[in-house]
Amino acid sequence: MTPTARKGRRDDGRPIVQEASTREERMAARVAAWRDRWDRQSKRDIDFTSTSSMEVAPIYTPLDLADTDPVEDIGLPGEYPYTRGVYDSMYRTRLWTMRQFAGFATAEETNERYHFLLDHGQTGLSVAFDLPTLMGYDSDHPMSEGEVGVCGVAIDSLADMETLFHGIPLDQVSTSMTINGPAIIFLALYVAVAEEQGTPPDKLRGTLQTDILKEYIAQKEWLFPPEPHLKIIVDMMAWCADNAPKWHPISISGYHIREAGSTAVQELAFTLADGFTYVEEGIRAGLDVDRFAPRLSFFWNAHNDFFEEVAKYRAARRIWARHMKERYGAKEPRSLLMRFHTQTAGCSLTEQQPENNIVRTAVQALAGVMGGTQSLHTNSMDETYALPTEKAVKIALRTQQVIAYESGVANVIDPLGGSYYVEALTNRMEAEAEAYFRQIESLGGVVAGIEEGFFQRELASAASRYQEEIDARRRVIVGVNEFIEQDERLEIPILRIDPRYEREQCDRVKKLRAKRDDAKYQAAMAGLRQAIRDEQNLMQPVLDAVRSYATVGEIVELMRDEYGTWREPSIF
Amino acid sequence: MTEQKIRVLVGKPGLDGHDRGAKVVAAALRDAGMEVVYTGLHQTPEGIVEAALQEDVDVIALSILSGAHMTLLPRVLELMREAGMNDVLLTGGGIISKDDMQALAEMGVGQLFGPGTATGEIVEYIENWVNNRGAKVGTTS
Repeated sequence: MTPTARKGRRDDGRPIVQEASTREERMAARVAAWRDRWDRQSKRDIDFTSTSSMEVAPIYTPLDLADTDPVEDIGLPGEYPYTRGVYDSMYRTRLWTMRQFAGFATAEETNERYHFLLDHGQTGLSVAFDLPTLMGYDSDHPMSEGEVGVCGVAIDSLADMETLFHGIPLDQVSTSMTINGPAIIFLALYVAVAEEQGTPPDKLRGTLQTDILKEYIAQKEWLFPPEPHLKIIVDMMAWCADNAPKWHPISISGYHIREAGSTAVQELAFTLADGFTYVEEGIRAGLDVDRFAPRLSFFWNAHNDFFEEVAKYRAARRIWARHMKERYGAKEPRSLLMRFHTQTAGCSLTEQQPENNIVRTAVQALAGVMGGTQSLHTNSMDETYALPTEKAVKIALRTQQVIAYESGVANVIDPLGGSYYVEALTNRMEAEAEAYFRQIESLGGVVAGIEEGFFQRELASAASRYQEEIDARRRVIVGVNEFIEQDERLEIPILRIDPRYEREQCDRVKKLRAKRDDAKYQAAMAGLRQAIRDEQNLMQPVLDAVRSYATVGEIVELMRDEYGTWREPSIF
Repeated sequence: MTEQKIRVLVGKPGLDGHDRGAKVVAAALRDAGMEVVYTGLHQTPEGIVEAALQEDVDVIALSILSGAHMTLLPRVLELMREAGMNDVLLTGGGIISKDDMQALAEMGVGQLFGPGTATGEIVEYIENWVNNRGAKVGTTS
């Protein structure tokens, strides 16, 4: 802190600067008088807490920011510690990327949806895969029955990937792929498709989620034990640094942690702790932190409590910058930037009166924008029933366009910066996250915490508390426990996935196995197995395997065979 | 409430890892005085029915958010019938459309609960079902 910021602080019991101290005293007297008046007013009978059950004061004043240095702690956008934004000019230069997550049925159907979205002004692609793909099973595996193409697109091999991106120039769009366990296979598949289109890896822009730690914590889509997964992630970071410098090999994600029931502070703390773990793994493997850190990116939830969410993004930027600089010795300014994607909270949507979800999503999206997000997905109103219809997705995209072009919020950078409440909340969330970092460290780190069930317990108890508040009507959810409509009739259409897609996809993968060049396939798979045993970087052997039309399921099976599987402790 | 504790198997069939709902419901049933067994993730229908038999449960409650309910729930029901579990309730919840709930009810699956359900409603449903079981045996199939 600078000396000027200490004006009015009485470390030794006497005023340092008479004038400022007087102002502070006058403010304190006013606040005390206000509190007397406030105490005499009746209050509504409800918990005045944030969505994360955090008590908030009825008002915030300059007294709450007495220890905050407006220069060093808040500063300006584009400068350390980046509380106000990662770029100098933010949305005046470029609006956030409007990126709707989409995928269903087969590659052919999803390709059509992508063309529809791009034609309606969407500026980036985001691939949703079905569960068999996410879990590394081919469509014709017994575990895949009933799940093929249902919650995303089914991709079994390079042939499906070629169809998925047909007619979409990969040197011109940026693509986000939400996949974690088999992420390295999908990096290889994307590189291979681009290669066929004549686009080299150094021209590719996009993101793979890859964040396996939050899978153990929240979403539970792992393939192997943590150790080999972390090794593969380091392989991807190293390969991208050398070959695909515009690609984000990992998107460190709080979204799923929040969806699984965490509070905002837990989302913030656990996600950043995961991020620190990847940085430490990279450094441990001998990579220079400034070589891979600029390509790390983040993915946050936007839940109902507007100010809590804005403060969370601001705190995340400041914490990341401080730790990267002070703890990990990053020197390159781009290594310090917490750049992020935001998605509105699926778990906040209600089945009752689904049209209300449009409004919830708009408020949440506004928080993401006021928090300085780099890209945004808005959920559709019908997602508590099924995957969204085309119309519902269009309304969700239009919501972003209204915020961007009509509301005026994109005109001013960090428009809530300097709000006593938002700054105090930013400070508090940072402090509470730091307390969690110390606790995680005392457990032996994130992986030890996962093995011990620490994160799973924290989430289960926060989720139960949230539900109890709703059940007891101490937290009002419109249409759920207040303003209920009896005999409500569903008046929106629901998307259905025809079961014939599963049969078609199973036939397709069987035919592919029969007609590919078997010698080439066998050689590539043997090469991959050897590379795993030799602990080499796996990116090249995986590329060779996908080019030989090895399926995702076959590659994962080979890797499971070498690395083993993992079961979590069941805690509720 | 019955004299003996109601025994419930809470399960996650299929590949879906979204276990927030299953855990919240499991905790609520336990807090309401039931004996709860949670299977953990990624269970096959066969594994679930086998565990239900071994644990001698009154109720199987399955959570499915992946959209695979029209495959998984009928399969579990079929296996329950093969195993002669005619006095065991199959219920559950997740992202399931009203039409699908209707179709599953016609097959003999109990009530299914969507997002926004109060846990008390589930507790009450299970208690009522178990208390009236004598009258219901054989009528669900």
